[in-house]
Amino acid sequence: MNNQPNVVFLRSAQVLKCQLIGNWTIQNIKKLYKKMDRLEGKRDFEFEQIVFDCSKIEEFDTHGIILILHFIKNIPSTCKIEKIGMSERFEKLFVACENNFPPSREKSSKQNILLKNLENLGRLVVEGYKTLTVFFSFVGELTHRGIDSFMFPNQIRFRAVLYHIENSGLMALPIIFLTSFLIGVVIAYQGAVQLEKFGANIFIVEMVTISATRELAPLLTAIVVAGRSASAYTAQIGVMKITDEIDAMRTMGFSPWNFLVLPRVFGLMISLPLLVFFADVVSIFGGMTVAATTLDVSFFEFIDRMHSSVDLKHFIIGLIKAPIFGWIVATIGCFRGFQIDNNTESVGRYTTISVVNAIFWVIAMDAIISVLLTELGL
Amino acid sequence: MIVVKARNIVTRFGDNVIHDGVSFDIKQGEIFGLLGGSGSGKTTLLREMILLQKIAGGELEVLDNSVVGISKENEKKLQSQWGVLFQFGALFTSLNIVENISIALKEYTDIPDKLIFESALMKLSMVGLPEKTAYMYPSELSGGMKKRAGLARALALDPKLLFLDEPTSGLDPKSARGFDELIVMLRQTLGITVVMVTHDKDTIEGVLDRFIILGNKKVIFDGNISELQETTNKELRNFLN
Ligand SMILES: Nc1ncnc2c1ncn2[C@@H]1O[C@H](COP(=O)(O)OP(=O)(O)OP(=O)(O)O)[C@@H](O)[C@H]1O
Ligand SMILES: [Mg+2]
Repeated sequence: MNNQPNVVFLRSAQVLKCQLIGNWTIQNIKKLYKKMDRLEGKRDFEFEQIVFDCSKIEEFDTHGIILILHFIKNIPSTCKIEKIGMSERFEKLFVACENNFPPSREKSSKQNILLKNLENLGRLVVEGYKTLTVFFSFVGELTHRGIDSFMFPNQIRFRAVLYHIENSGLMALPIIFLTSFLIGVVIAYQGAVQLEKFGANIFIVEMVTISATRELAPLLTAIVVAGRSASAYTAQIGVMKITDEIDAMRTMGFSPWNFLVLPRVFGLMISLPLLVFFADVVSIFGGMTVAATTLDVSFFEFIDRMHSSVDLKHFIIGLIKAPIFGWIVATIGCFRGFQIDNNTESVGRYTTISVVNAIFWVIAMDAIISVLLTELGL
Repeated sequence: MIVVKARNIVTRFGDNVIHDGVSFDIKQGEIFGLLGGSGSGKTTLLREMILLQKIAGGELEVLDNSVVGISKENEKKLQSQWGVLFQFGALFTSLNIVENISIALKEYTDIPDKLIFESALMKLSMVGLPEKTAYMYPSELSGGMKKRAGLARALALDPKLLFLDEPTSGLDPKSARGFDELIVMLRQTLGITVVMVTHDKDTIEGVLDRFIILGNKKVIFDGNISELQETTNKELRNFLN
C-alpha cells in the first residue's frame, strides 16, 4: 500500500513543504488533483517558500508532472519554489515538460447568450446569401459550358454520359417500377370507391391516366432519382475534392466541368424522360389491374377509353417536365459536392442537404409549372 | 521482458502472399525498427500488431496477448496501453488539433478538463508545433505538421508501447532529429517501447536499438547497426546506401 498516491503538506514558519508520495500516474490524477487543490488556499501563498519534495514518488508519467506544473503556475512570484529529491529520470522528463508547458493566460470571458445567438443568426444569413450567389455563378458557368459543348460536341464525354445514364437511369428501373406500379394501384383504388358510388366506373381511366402521366409519375420518379443520384453525385465529387483528385485533374488540364459535371447533368436530363415514360406505362398498368379486378373495366375497355377521351397533352406535359427535374437534381447534386470542405463530417452534411434541396426544388418546380400551365389554359 | 513476439507469421491478400514465415521479438524498452523496401509489408506487419489486420498463419503476441482470437476485453486493455502514429497522420478531420490530441484523455480518463487542455498543449509543443495550430483543423496543416500532430495524439495517454509508421518522413532534417531526440528522451524517462517503420538513415543509425529488414516475404536481417555494417552479405550491406 506504499504506492497509494498522496500529498502531505508540512507547514513550518516560512516554508510549506509538499511531500509527493506514490504513483503519480495517469490513473491517479483525479485523486491527486483534489488533494493538491488544497494548495490553492490563499493562506498558503503567503509562505516565503514552497518546497516540492519528490523523493517519495515511485512511478510517474507526464500527467503527474503536468499536475505539479499546473499548480506551480498558479503560485505567485512572491513565493520561492524549490523542487528537491528528484531522480535523474524524473528531472529529465520534468524539464522537458516544463519547457513545453503552456503559459497561463487570461480566460476569455463568457459571451452574452443573446449576443451569441444574434451573431449566429447573422452568420446564417450571410452564409445563405453567399451560397446563393455561388449557386448562381455555378448555374451561370454550367449554362455557358453546356452551350459550349453543343457548339463543340467533340468536347462531350459521351462515355461518361452513357455511364451516368446506366448508373442513374438503368439501375433505377427496379425501384421506379415498384413505386409507379404502387402509385397506379393506389390512385385506382382510391378512385374506385368514389366512382362506384356514382356508377361511373369507366371514369377510372381518365382519373388514372391523367393524374399519373401528368403529375405523379414525373414527380415520384424525380424524387426517387433525387434520393439515389443527388446524394451519390455530392458524395462522389466531395470525396474527389478531399483526396485532391479534382486539383490533380485541373493541373493535368482536364476540366472538372467536362469530366464531372456535364456528363452527370446530361446523363440525368436524358435518362429522366426515359424513366418517366417507363413510370407512365407501369403506373397505368397498375391502375388497369385494379380497374379490371374491382371495377369490371377490362384491359380492352380501358385502352379503348384512353384512346378516345384522354388528351395526349397530359402525357407530353409530364415528359417535358422530366428533363427539367433531371437538371435540378444533377445540378444541385454537383453543386453541393463542390461545397464539401476538407473534412469527413461535411460529406455527410452536404449529402443530406443535397437530397433535401433536390427534392424540395423538384416539388417547387412542379408547383410552378402547374400554376403556369393552368394560367395558360393547358 | 518480451513485448511483441512474432513466430512464422503468414499474411495474404487474396493470392498475394506478403509475409511467409516472419519471426522476431521486441523487448521492453527497446526502440525497434521495421525496415525494408517499398511494398515489403512493413505497414501491414505494423497493422497486424495493432489488431487492424488479421494474420493468415503463425503466432503473434503483443504484451502477452495472442492477437488470434483475442477477447473484446483484452483488446480494449491493449488499446489503452499503446499509441499509434499512422503513415499519413490519420487525424480526425472534423476535430481541431487540440481536440484530436485530447479526445482519448477525455474518453478514457477522469482527469479534470483544465489539465487535459494543458496536457494537450504541452504535447503539441513537445512535438514542435506552435500553439496557434491548436485551434486549426487538419485540412489547414501541412503534411509534416499533420504527422507531428499525429504523434502528439499517439503520446496523449502516455502509452507503454508506441507504434510509429514513418514518423520522420515528410519532416525537414532538423525537425526529424528533434523527433528522434523526443523519442529517446521518452524511452529514457518513461521506459516506453517503440516500434517504428522508418526509411530515415539518421534515425536508423542514431536511434534504433535493433531492427529487422523485410525482404522476399521473410526477415532477411535481425540485429543492430554495427552488426549490419559487419555483415558479409553484400546485398544487406548495401541496404543503407
Ligand atoms: N488492403 C490491401 N489489399 C491488397 N493488397 C494490399 C493491401 N494492403 C497492402 N497490400 C499489399 O501488401 C504489400 C505491402 O504493403 P505495405 O503497405 O505493408 O508496404 P510497406 O512496406 O509499408 O511499403 P511503404 O514503404 O511504401 O509504405 C503491397 O504489395 C501491397 O500491394
Ligand atoms: Mg507503409
